[in-house]
Amino acid sequence: MTTALIVLPLAAALVIWVLPLNDVSAGALALLAALAEVGVWIQLAARYDFGPGGLQFAQQRNWFSDLHVSYHVGVYGFSVWLTGLTVIVMAAAIAYGFWAGRDRLRAYLGLMLFLTGAVVGVFTAQDLLLFYAFFEAMMIPLYVLVGVWGGPGRLGATLKFVLFTMAGSLLMLASIVVYGLSQNTFDLVKIGQSSSNWVFLGFVAAFAIKAPLFPLHGWLPDAYRESSPEVAAILSGVVSKAAAYGFLRIAVTKFPEPTQHYRAPILALAAIGLIYGSLLAFRAPDIRGVIAYSSLAQMGLITMGVFSVNDLGLDGSVLQMVNHGLVSATLFLLAGMVERRTLTGQLSRLGGMARGRPVLATVLLTTGVIALAVPLSSAFAGEFLILAGVFRHGWAWSVVGAVAIVLAAAYVLRLVSAILHRDIGPSVSDAALDLRPAELGVVVPMLACLLALSAWPAAITQHSFRGDRPQADVAEGFK
Amino acid sequence: MIPRPHVDWFALAPVNSLLAATGLALLCAVLAPARSRKAVTATLCGLGYATALGFAVALYVKSAHGHGVVVDAFRRDRLAELTAIIVAGSGILATAVSYRERWREDHIGEYYALLAASGAGMVFFVGANNLLTLFLALEWFSICLYILCAIDRDRLSGLEAALKYLVIGGFGSAVLLFGAALVYGATGSIDFPGIAAAGHEHDALLLFGLAMLIAGLAFKASAAPFHMWTPDVYEGAPTPLTAYMAAATKTVALVVMLRILVTAFPGDAYVWTRALAVIAVCSLVIGNYAALVQKGVKRMLAYSSISHAGFMLIAVATGSSLGARALLYYLVPYAAMSIGSFAVVAARERELGVPVTFANMAGFGWERPVLGISMWAFLLGFAGFPLTGGFIGKFYVFAAAYRHGWTWLVIVGVLATLVSLYYYLGLVRAMFMRRSEDLQLAAGTDARAEPARPLGGATSGAISGGSPPRDALLQTAVVACLVVTVGSFFAVQPLIDLAKHAASSLPF
Repeated sequence: MTTALIVLPLAAALVIWVLPLNDVSAGALALLAALAEVGVWIQLAARYDFGPGGLQFAQQRNWFSDLHVSYHVGVYGFSVWLTGLTVIVMAAAIAYGFWAGRDRLRAYLGLMLFLTGAVVGVFTAQDLLLFYAFFEAMMIPLYVLVGVWGGPGRLGATLKFVLFTMAGSLLMLASIVVYGLSQNTFDLVKIGQSSSNWVFLGFVAAFAIKAPLFPLHGWLPDAYRESSPEVAAILSGVVSKAAAYGFLRIAVTKFPEPTQHYRAPILALAAIGLIYGSLLAFRAPDIRGVIAYSSLAQMGLITMGVFSVNDLGLDGSVLQMVNHGLVSATLFLLAGMVERRTLTGQLSRLGGMARGRPVLATVLLTTGVIALAVPLSSAFAGEFLILAGVFRHGWAWSVVGAVAIVLAAAYVLRLVSAILHRDIGPSVSDAALDLRPAELGVVVPMLACLLALSAWPAAITQHSFRGDRPQADVAEGFK
Repeated sequence: MIPRPHVDWFALAPVNSLLAATGLALLCAVLAPARSRKAVTATLCGLGYATALGFAVALYVKSAHGHGVVVDAFRRDRLAELTAIIVAGSGILATAVSYRERWREDHIGEYYALLAASGAGMVFFVGANNLLTLFLALEWFSICLYILCAIDRDRLSGLEAALKYLVIGGFGSAVLLFGAALVYGATGSIDFPGIAAAGHEHDALLLFGLAMLIAGLAFKASAAPFHMWTPDVYEGAPTPLTAYMAAATKTVALVVMLRILVTAFPGDAYVWTRALAVIAVCSLVIGNYAALVQKGVKRMLAYSSISHAGFMLIAVATGSSLGARALLYYLVPYAAMSIGSFAVVAARERELGVPVTFANMAGFGWERPVLGISMWAFLLGFAGFPLTGGFIGKFYVFAAAYRHGWTWLVIVGVLATLVSLYYYLGLVRAMFMRRSEDLQLAAGTDARAEPARPLGGATSGAISGGSPPRDALLQTAVVACLVVTVGSFFAVQPLIDLAKHAASSLPF
């Protein structure tokens, strides 16, 4: 089952690359594969037994035995939700790419499907080397997706993106070699806990760059601005969650002592990123900039939740990973739709789009309201849990977080009003239509998921860790 | 009457089949009509390599317990046979890549004859069990390669490359020979086990000889600081030959280095492990930093091959069974990636008729998707990305270094990999992210570039427009390399088993 979830998109990608299809049939095939992937995931989520929790649908095959490396995959409760996030966001991105009619559609959609397989692999790999292989395999399609189909500054953006993330990943590789060989296994389930600070820092470096955490976010604004909207949606919605997942699955679980030791500096960096990202989002001149920096802020918040390592913080961070993934993916796609109509993302040239475009206004406002964590929204639940969790390590952290939530309200409302309200901007013409049904078909499912989570956030918070005791589950290393 | 030694002809069959191919090809170079000369000699060369491959596989299966043959001058063991398999595979691919090279074909028969002869020398080289056969085999394949570099007389850079290679390679051989003499002087023995038995530690003469042996072999493996010839020779030589040299010469040099150090100098391990670690670091640093600033793709790949010599030397330097496995595993995808990437360069060269630079690779990936995607995979493999054997190879090398207690060497390797991304991905960027309209075809932008010359007679290729020539042989070879590069990522266990059995013929 887990293998099917990984292999299905990879196989579909190969088929699309190899068969000489025209754009329409290639797009239809890709969309079909993405929806089939969602179907497989629904099956998996339905069959996953949340009662006992723990590792399920595990499969293990020897890869090479002399260094004890194996192909070992399986899902935990939280991986179910993260893979779900992945398949839904990827399906939306593929649908939007198809609808928007990118150049060289076959190559484009094939790469998207390949990326889906790689990200699902990251969330399900239970072997360190396999995890690393998938983690790196994400880079291959992303590099091309940003570099070929991106905006005018794409070459610089990809270079920065690749060098930043690879610097982190290679440090992680060194850590994996040292950690795996010293424990004599690479199996993530069996491998024991370690107290080595250096190995811990190698892992943290990789995840902190990928997330990104302040001050390692240098690649973020360019990559998010220059890539096409659906790729930006994937980057901020899904790929950054791979880093948060790494913090949760490896950093805090396998390195309890170093986590304890470095908690204060990491929380501090996350808090700085939270405030700094929020301020930059408030100052950003374009839609993508606002979402990009808000992503920096949100990843800081999620990292705070993970590194609080207690029941509330861990539950909240898993919920917030899914929330933020859906919210930022939706916002990036909406940004793409607005840019498509106005040919600009500059907030100063936009405005007044609500007039005559009720659907766009409704969808954007709803997403925005969830993004700013209005009470009763799922984001509110997630952020509240994280702040409550981090409160246990000192009230100051929660104060920082609470300030950031106020700032979030400020930048989201600024974004919404700059697009929808005020006077009609110079780039907004009457010819710019309301959202088309196809566009609605892309964003509404994600919005529906967000509303469902708002109604029942416990779906995730009570079904992510074994016995609903996250702290104990982490302390036992997800045995 | 002098007693005749017993000769195990089966053990020599791979060498002899290649020699037979050489002889027949030379005959055909004279006897076959000029029209069919190329086809006949190329087929003979390819068949020679294929037969050698077959014999090497059979020998691998039947040589579970390695032993010396022909009065112990030659080893019949799995290490030699596995390496012979890699060499023969490289030879077949190089023959396929050479076939449609556009050059003067008045010596084409000799080209294929010498290609087979150099393969025979290499196969003999990896089986060498004493200093004399070692030197003999080294000169045997080196002389073939010197001539092969210069065989296209129209190519000025080829002549220059051949001369450089001859002078520097001759110097390297001389160093090796001097080292061999010193070792013999110190131990009174020329065969490897004998040297190990007689060698006493802290013998200055022996150590000096060892150092010169290492230097001589490092010349062939193009490890820094003995790499000076590599960029010029790789750039100047005909591209299919560069592919062959990058894959096969480096392979045999590294394997022989492993064999001689482990078999003949186990007592001095504390010296040569450290010395090789230093050479490895030099290669990583020099290879990577010099590759950063290259404009020509062949030169970049040449420097990258220097840095890869560094990676593989890390494996040799550990002097452990794990290191040997790492080396032998790494060589398989490495050979495939080298031949494949140079083959793609050769294809582009034939299209354009000028040396291939980063600038004139623009748009190549979209024009020729099969070659473009293969090149992409080879470059990712060089950079050590997953889904290619290059990743597992690097992982094994790092694992061997860590097990040996050299965590710092792991860090150096990781940093070198990071630097290397810049130029590997730079080429990917040129192929896929720049439009072919940006292509700068004007010669002379690069001072080293030769003026475009009409190739292959009247037609001057893609410069005058039209679709590029189809080359099914080259394409097949590239796809075969792609299959090996990617396949070695998935089939790690079988390859590691092969490598493990091969490594077990060495006395660890």
